[in-house]
Amino acid sequence: MAEKSELQYTAEHEWVLVDGNVATVGITDFAAGKLGDIVFVDLPKVGATVAEGKIVGEIESTKSVGELFAPVAGIVVESNDAVADSPELVNSDPFGDGWLVKIEFTELPSMLSLDEYTALTGE
Amino acid sequence: MTDVSSSEASSAESSPTAVRYSPLHSIHEQLGAAFTDFAGWMMPVRYSSDLAEHHAVRTAAGIFDISHMAEIHVRGADAGAYLDYALAGKLSGIALAQAKYSLLLNEAGGIIDDLVTYRLADDHFLVVANAGNRFAAATALTERAADFDVVVTDESDDYALIAVQGPVSRAILEATAGLGDFATPLDELKYYRETAATFNGTDLIIGRTGYTGEDGFELYIHVDAAADLWAALTVAGEPLGLVPAGLACRDTLRLEAGMPLYGHELNLSTFPVQAGLGRVVALSKEGDFVGRSAIEAGPDAGARVLVGLAAEGRRAGRAEYLLFHGDKEVGVITSGALSPTLGHPIAMAYVDPAVSEVGTELHIDVRGSRIAASVVSLPFYKREA
Repeated sequence: MAEKSELQYTAEHEWVLVDGNVATVGITDFAAGKLGDIVFVDLPKVGATVAEGKIVGEIESTKSVGELFAPVAGIVVESNDAVADSPELVNSDPFGDGWLVKIEFTELPSMLSLDEYTALTGE
Repeated sequence: MTDVSSSEASSAESSPTAVRYSPLHSIHEQLGAAFTDFAGWMMPVRYSSDLAEHHAVRTAAGIFDISHMAEIHVRGADAGAYLDYALAGKLSGIALAQAKYSLLLNEAGGIIDDLVTYRLADDHFLVVANAGNRFAAATALTERAADFDVVVTDESDDYALIAVQGPVSRAILEATAGLGDFATPLDELKYYRETAATFNGTDLIIGRTGYTGEDGFELYIHVDAAADLWAALTVAGEPLGLVPAGLACRDTLRLEAGMPLYGHELNLSTFPVQAGLGRVVALSKEGDFVGRSAIEAGPDAGARVLVGLAAEGRRAGRAEYLLFHGDKEVGVITSGALSPTLGHPIAMAYVDPAVSEVGTELHIDVRGSRIAASVVSLPFYKREA
């Protein structure tokens, strides 16, 4: 699990860990908490081309449905099969085993720092 | 990630006035609850995990704060006759201490609210209404009292309401310190009956009623004693597996039990018979009641009817998702979730009568993808007797 201060964030309550030209993407603990118990995750397939800001997946809890946006444009190089089998990982370890996709990118957009994101959620 | 649909806060009847807090609010904060706006009240939606809370109610017990519900007393010599006129059921026919589920109809046969009424004495009934319909119910009940010797009083602000639901509920209440003086011992109290009792000297009403499909109790107590009662129930219940439970699991529990939720399955333009509640309307009772002529005329031919749906996989149809039979739109979901107990998606929906037979295969439009679903009989879940 990465340090929260090392991650970048989006206003859509996603976090991004940048390692070289690969961005690992998940949703924040704030988002997971708001959704409640997550029971279904639909993720893009490996090899899919995704556009920044576009919907690429869904996260469903018992009570509601969230959409997953691609925070960066690029190609999906890995999709977390463990989460597809055990969606509860997104609740129990949103910044670690509950990661969702890895996207290979060429250009990184400007995102939020932890402080900026925390200011956004007010928590 | 953006939340695109949420049923827990979808009660459209939110009060226009300031947000209201339960008398137990500080307890919920200490327990770390997440809150949701429900009909203008900030109520606990979950404490930790709504799935864990759901399973606890099915296997042990959960304690719910439902103090947002409305308590309206009806007192007077004509109380029974008045309720026979004001409500769809024959309330004059219930025994002392009995409870009855009923409907408050308008002249057009639409549903203003669904209610539980307890007979506290020959000439005294307690009518419990939904929070979002409190004022509509109190207003209608008051207007309808004009020609009867009754006094109708909305005493909701005096009451907290705590529900203990689940198979070990009775053992919890019996072990709760300070709770006693039961007019009827709990082991003799039947389902849909109430008993008077006291908690540390404060009178309370305990109904063997609930909204979860499990055995359980609802405890009506003055707001001043509510926090102490919650604490005492919790102390007695924790060793037996009692957990605090929020509105999120209350919704999945009632859905599994096939119980309607006002604003979803019931509303002003729905006839009881469409909702499968024809039996709640006592057409055989003598005299007029509000809505009788419209109910006798019935809804339009071809009016949609409420059915249960079951699907495979984990993707649930949710409120307002459309249903198709072939290419034809044949209905709409009113409540839906992945059933925590059954492990597959379930929903309640209004469909054209032609596709309402059990076993009919339909498709749910889940945000652009078609999911197969079958019409099934309600409820989805029934506890073992």
